[in-house]
Amino acid sequence: MTPVPLSPNTVENRHGSGIHRSRNTPAGGLRTRILALSLAALALCAPPLPASAQPTGDLGLVVERASGSLLVVDQSERASIGRITGLGDLSHASLVYSPDEHFAYVFGRDGGLSKVDILAQTITARVMQAGNSIGGAISDDGRFVAVSNYEPGGVRVFDADTLEMVADIPTGSKTIGLVDIPGTRFVFSLWDAGETWIADLSGETAQITRIKGMGTNPYDALVTGDGRTYIAGLFGEDHLSALDLWQEHPEPQVILPGYAKGREGLPVYKMPHLEGWALAGQDFVLPAMGQHEVLWVDARSLQETGRTATHGQPVFAISRPDGRHVWVNFAHPLNDTVQVIDSVTKGVIHQFTPGPGVLHMEFTPRGHEVWLSVRDAGKVMIYDTETFEKLGEIAAESPSGIFFTARAHRMGL
Amino acid sequence: MNRLTLILALAATPALADPDPKALKRLVRQDCGSCHGMTLKGGLGPDIRPASLAHYRRDDLTDVILDGLPGTPMPPWRPLLSKDEAAWIADYLLEGDPE
Repeated sequence: MTPVPLSPNTVENRHGSGIHRSRNTPAGGLRTRILALSLAALALCAPPLPASAQPTGDLGLVVERASGSLLVVDQSERASIGRITGLGDLSHASLVYSPDEHFAYVFGRDGGLSKVDILAQTITARVMQAGNSIGGAISDDGRFVAVSNYEPGGVRVFDADTLEMVADIPTGSKTIGLVDIPGTRFVFSLWDAGETWIADLSGETAQITRIKGMGTNPYDALVTGDGRTYIAGLFGEDHLSALDLWQEHPEPQVILPGYAKGREGLPVYKMPHLEGWALAGQDFVLPAMGQHEVLWVDARSLQETGRTATHGQPVFAISRPDGRHVWVNFAHPLNDTVQVIDSVTKGVIHQFTPGPGVLHMEFTPRGHEVWLSVRDAGKVMIYDTETFEKLGEIAAESPSGIFFTARAHRMGL
Repeated sequence: MNRLTLILALAATPALADPDPKALKRLVRQDCGSCHGMTLKGGLGPDIRPASLAHYRRDDLTDVILDGLPGTPMPPWRPLLSKDEAAWIADYLLEGDPE
């Protein structure tokens, strides 16, 4: 990795953050202040530092969906420290991080794949790799970035350094639910064909394993944090399907059969998302489709263990990193509300309305704070996850996904 | 119904019947955009720009918006939109946005 000199602008940021930290730290006494001020003074006098001296562990990126930009945020400062522009159509965009948390790979809706340097706050490479895409993943070794495409359907794999294409995997179908698993492998599903494919990129050429019979119209999928269980949500079936990826020949297993049986399907104004934050205690928590509830299954047996009625059609049901609580947001027109569910009692313990258009929630790595993007308020709002007290907010243009760099070290995100 | 309620009800009616273009444009971009893409060129749902919808008559498109397309993810918007609002959206989609 070539060290990139910090721009003068970034040095200013470091200097500013030193002062902020002393003010915001509850335990920050006089000594801390003096230390921080001395450090700030040093930063002013010192020659530009190599990029490797800037830690990225508590940084993050917020997608500004309408303006095609990313806000660079600092978790401990609860502040924005810059903006990266020129990323094209970022509606429904997502991103992943390089293992060293120096670069992000941004998957735009318009098929753009951009590599972004979060220290220099610049785009270092960009390719238009398809007409219409829906997310991606980075391999466990950080060598490959895979993108899932609607148009043309399939997955394309790129060299993480150069963004040169190294594999093209046409599927003849819209592909969804692309995740990374150990062994330099990617897993994804086919909306039109109801199949899940495993692409192994550890060798010279991509080796594909096709698993049929996942069910009608998988709309999204997740892999659990251990890379073992792949769960696909199905639009066209009254169940979900799971694969045990530790088996030699994984077979689709029906889970939550008939969860909506005998009940009218409610209109779904936004498809739920399945993400690898599903494990809450000993259960996985999953958004229902067409029902205002979340569903719980035992993580080992995959048998249903409960249901929790919710305020609306859940979009994200995200477990706090320790698994103790699950935070849920909702589809239009109920997307101004967030509910918090206790994963032991499975009861709703808190409900509040941060503002219009709560699109995404991201926990700090150990879960002491949650950051919410409130699209129509033009803000990212920050809450304490124990007291539910609001801690701050950051102005952002139509914010959607929030991604903290700690994702670099988690599978399936 | 007492007189005050009646006046309030009458006062409220035109607002409901009169589509609000700004709010509806926003709905199309942001919420239809969940599936059709913010630029309407398609996502999990199909492209709904004018050229792709050219085979639709306005009334049929209005019905699709109100009642959805059973067997597909297109949901019925009748619980959230009036007929006039759906018709306004149909026109907006068929004519395209000059902006």
